[in-house]
Formats: sequence, structure tokens, C-alpha cells
Amino acid sequence: MTNQTIQRVEGALRNPLVLVGVGAVLTVPAALVLVLAFPLYRGLLSDPFWFPLLVMAAVLFLILNATAVCILAERKIAGFTQDRYGPNRVGFWGLLQPVADGLKFLLKEDIIPRRVDKPLFLLAPCLALIVSLVGFAVIPWAGEVHWPWMEAGTTVSTQVARLDIGILYVIAVGSLGVYGLVLAGYASNNKYSFYGGLRATAQMISYELPLGLALLCVLLTTGTLRLEEIVNQQAHSGVWYVFVHPLAFLLIVICLFAETNRAPFDLPEAEQELVGGYHTEYSAMKFALFFLAEYAHMITGSAVAIALFLGGWAPLPFTSWLADNTAWWAMLLKFGVYLLKVALFIGVMMWVRWTIPRFRFDQLMRLAWRSLVPLGLLLMAAVAVLTLFGGQRVWWAGLGVNVLVLLGVLWWAARSKQPMTGRQEDLPPVEFGAM
Amino acid sequence: MRDEDIIVLQEPKLSPAERLYLPQIFDGMVTTLRHMFSLKRRQQVVRQYPEDTRQGRGELRIANYRGVHRLNKDAEGRVACVACFMCSTACPAHCIHIEAGESPWPDREKYPVKFEIDELRCIYCGMCEEACPVDAIELTPHYELVGRTREEMIFDKEKLLQVFEETKHTKPRKDPPITDYGLTGGQGKDVASPNVERKV
Ligand code: SF4
Ligand code: SF4
Repeated sequence: MTNQTIQRVEGALRNPLVLVGVGAVLTVPAALVLVLAFPLYRGLLSDPFWFPLLVMAAVLFLILNATAVCILAERKIAGFTQDRYGPNRVGFWGLLQPVADGLKFLLKEDIIPRRVDKPLFLLAPCLALIVSLVGFAVIPWAGEVHWPWMEAGTTVSTQVARLDIGILYVIAVGSLGVYGLVLAGYASNNKYSFYGGLRATAQMISYELPLGLALLCVLLTTGTLRLEEIVNQQAHSGVWYVFVHPLAFLLIVICLFAETNRAPFDLPEAEQELVGGYHTEYSAMKFALFFLAEYAHMITGSAVAIALFLGGWAPLPFTSWLADNTAWWAMLLKFGVYLLKVALFIGVMMWVRWTIPRFRFDQLMRLAWRSLVPLGLLLMAAVAVLTLFGGQRVWWAGLGVNVLVLLGVLWWAARSKQPMTGRQEDLPPVEFGAM
Repeated sequence: MRDEDIIVLQEPKLSPAERLYLPQIFDGMVTTLRHMFSLKRRQQVVRQYPEDTRQGRGELRIANYRGVHRLNKDAEGRVACVACFMCSTACPAHCIHIEAGESPWPDREKYPVKFEIDELRCIYCGMCEEACPVDAIELTPHYELVGRTREEMIFDKEKLLQVFEETKHTKPRKDPPITDYGLTGGQGKDVASPNVERKV
């Protein structure tokens, strides 16, 4: 293609109408095929084995594309918070930037440095991505669905794996996520990468604890590990667990930032200190895999947090609307609500990233071990006592406990000498010699 | 240093809420949110670069900006360079390649048959300009320098002279030349020994 053709195509894609047209050309035939082939796969939709598989395929497709959109959103938000526009050259309003990025990643030279541990070097990005994607298996996307052609009373589930140990699975897989980073840091044979990997490990170990403690608070209330049960409870009672355990929610959100290595906890990839952190030596598509893994991890993490605290697919708090509705349109609506919540959650994560500067490593550790873990322990003990005396029968009992704990922490913060953030104590003025 | 010159800064006391760190975070988030939705500020600050460049303060019009090179022409339109190799010797990036030939003109011995600068290797330090005894090579304030191949970015003599034609209005050749050995028309004096009349 000549330069001029490229320019003309570029110019045309900046026109929103052209963009919509191209989008329609790409999606309308696909939608038509789906509609026309409906009788063929109708049976699959009502099959309790195949339907979750279809959901899985759809969700995987959606997530992988969503990560691309997330990257655009991230850059846009970064731009907006810094009084810039963000990417706005490729396509209308920069909408095709992910496409350009993807092409670039594919076409870039894929460098494998000479002295790396090759098998591990290649394995690390795959592992990071796979681990962050398998977490989706237990997310109850839209509850149960009853297709009109099914026998009355039977339903199929939109959850891929209905595990008894739903939450445990998420934690196990989530902490495996650090494995990719550590391997990358180790295999790169580069001190900065190695530091990145080490930091990732230390951070992960420290933040798993408060995460687990906060989860225990909720599990004491729910009495089950199954995510679909937890969502169902919230949808039926209308009381999302964020109202019962606000502090636990706070802990989980903080730990989520740390688990996904997002600012202010992005020490493993701190550009200013570690060049690029664990992915310093990675280029082209292997680097892109790490990128994808980070965003996929964010989506999984926020989906789990939403299932636990924000009512999952339940559209509105304090009503049980849609909770028992298993019609197919209700399923689509629930799915949409879930995705919307995830999008909002990720938006907040990005917003935080571009607001808060990164912690120093000692601050990070102090925050985890000296404030989050004690707070988690305290909360868990309080909720356990509450549960023992049957206080879980009214939902605001948990809230009351939270308020009490918060007051206690405030009191402690007012009295303790050193603030949690690790600001140094007053230094005496230093005398300099005569100048 | 006198005692009254010492300013002792005391860190402000933190309130309990501030010690929890979270209220401050929410404060910060409100600030970034405000920026996120202030379209007006964005429009004031951002310049859409290729279409719109900075005007007024911050505008790039300093004459000694070190951008792409040019080879100056003297008053008669000949290339001013005398192929002395000073610039290529001074160049820390070794990106100037000169081939000298016998000059067709009576007032100098040599002239460059070939004169190439690899603009991709150049670090734009300006050493060549400093070294040149006849002010033949100069850096211009032009920084919009792109090309699609590496070969394209090796500027030859014609291209460098062309750059001179394009920039001589915005940045004329230094006049009089600092040292012209009294050779280029005789109006200049050698700075090192201004009272010595030089013979051709
Ligand atoms: S500016 Fe510096 S690097 Fe470039 S050609 Fe001149 S001397 Fe060489
Ligand atoms: S220093 Fe000046 S005169 Fe000497 S070769 Fe370089 S450009 Fe030509």
C-alpha cells in the first residue's frame, strides 16, 4: 500500500459513521449466522454440559476483547486525570488504538536474550495469562436460566464449574498468578527482573493474609463457599454483603490492588526503580501476554469481589427483583448488570491508579502486617463472636460491629506514635558547619 | 550560617483520620475526578501537535536550537565547506563522512565531493558547528525529522544544501564569518589576528 492509501484509510476511520459501518459489516453477518443456525444449537443451549461450555467460550472471547478495551480505557483515564486527551489518533476518538497496539505487538521483533533460562522464560507469560483466565470458571455470571423449550422447572447454569469450594478455588488460582511473575523474574537472568519477581512474592504472601481474613468474615455470614449460593443469598435478601461488612470489603479491595499488582502496589513492575520489573526482558507478544494477564486478573478479581460483596448479578440493592426470574431475557439482563458492575469496578481501579503514588516497599509491608492483618483479625474475631451469639439474624448487626471496630481503630490511630503510612518521626534539626 | 537563617520545618501533626490514610486517598480521588471532567482545562493545555503548535511562551523559535544540519553556501552560491575534516574529527558519534576533492575555484584548495551526515547516528551535540573554521556546517532549529528508511536519513550534500536554502530566511548564515582567512570576498577579518592583511 502506498503512503496515500494508508493516509486515506486512516482519515476514513476517524469518521464515526465509517467506523460504525465497518463494525456493522463485521458483526451483522456473525449475528445473522447465529440467528439462522439457532435450531442447530438449540439443544446445546439447554444441555447442562454444553451450555456452560458455550458460556465459557463466550466469556473468554468477551474477556480477551475487554482487556483490549481496558487498555484503551486505562490510557484515556490516565490522559483525562492529567489534563490530556489520551490516544485520539487511530480511529474516531482513538477507538481503534487497541487494534493498532495489538498489531504492533504482533509485528515487533520477539527477542529472547542469550543467557535466559529458555523453557521458563517462555513458560512464564503463558502461565501468567492462563492462571488469570481459569479463575473465570467459578464466576456465577447470570445465575440459572430456563429456556422456553425446556421442561418446566428445569434450568441450566451459566456458571462453568459449580464447585463446592468456589472461593477456595479462586484464592488458590489467584495466588498462583504470582508464579508467572516470579518465573519471569527468575528466568530473565536480570537483576532488576529478579527484584521484581521477589517483590511480587513478598507482596503476594503479605496480602494473601488480610485477603483470607476478610473473606472469612463474609464466609461466617454466608455459611457456604459456593459463589452462586453467596450471590443468591444477596439477591434474595437484597442485602449486599458490602452493607454488612464494609470494612471487610475495604480490606478485599486493598488486597485486590496488591494481588493484581496495580498502583499503588505496583512494586514488582516499578518503572522508576526496576526499569520494567519482571518483564524487563520481554518483548513483542510475550510482553503483551503479561499485559493481558494483568487486565484479565483485574477482571477476575473484581468479578469475585462483586460476587462476594456487591450482589453479583443482582441489579438493585434492597430488593429481590429478578432474583427468582430464570427467563432468558432476565439472564441477559443479569449478565449485562454483572458486566456493568465489573466495568465500574475496573474504572475505579484505574482511577485509583492514576491518583495515588506508589508505596515504598517498607510502607507496603508495614501496611500489610501492622494494619491490615490486625484489622482483619479483629474483624474476624468480632464477626465470629457475633455469629456465635446468633447476631447474624439481623443484617445491621454486622454493620454495627464494623462501626465499633472502625471507632476502635480510630482511637488506636489517635494514640499510636507512628502513623500506619510510615512517616518518619520528627528529626532534630541538623547543625551544619559554618559555610 | 547565622542562626536566624535556619528554618526548622516541623511536620504537621496528623489527625486520627489522616493517620488512617484513607480520607486523604478519597480527597486525592476527588481531585483527579475534577481533572477528569474539566474539558475546558484540557482544551487550554493540550496542543494537537502536528496540526497545532505552541505559540507564544514555550514556542520553539530559539535560533540556537540544535536540530537538523545544513551546509551553508557562500555569497556566490558555492558550498562554503573547504573539506578540512574538522567536523568529522570532532564528531563524537562519527556520523559525518566527507570525501574531499580538488577545488575548481582558485580561492581554496579543496571542496567536498561527497558530504554525508547520518542523521540517525547524530546526537545533535553541535560539536561540528563549533569545529568548523568557515562556519560551513550549522544546526538549524528544524526538529521535525522523519523518514521511512535508514538510507533516507543519511543526508547527502545536495540535501544539506537544500536545508540551507529552506532555512536561510529564518536563520541567516552568520555574517561576517568568524574566520574566513580573508578568502571569501575579503570583508571579514580573522578573529585570531584581525590586523593581519591576508593575501590570496
Ligand atoms: S551534531 Fe554532534 S553528533 Fe551530530 S554531526 Fe555534529 S558533531 Fe556529530
Ligand atoms: S569543518 Fe566545516 S569546512 Fe571543515 S569539513 Fe566540516 S563542514 Fe567542511
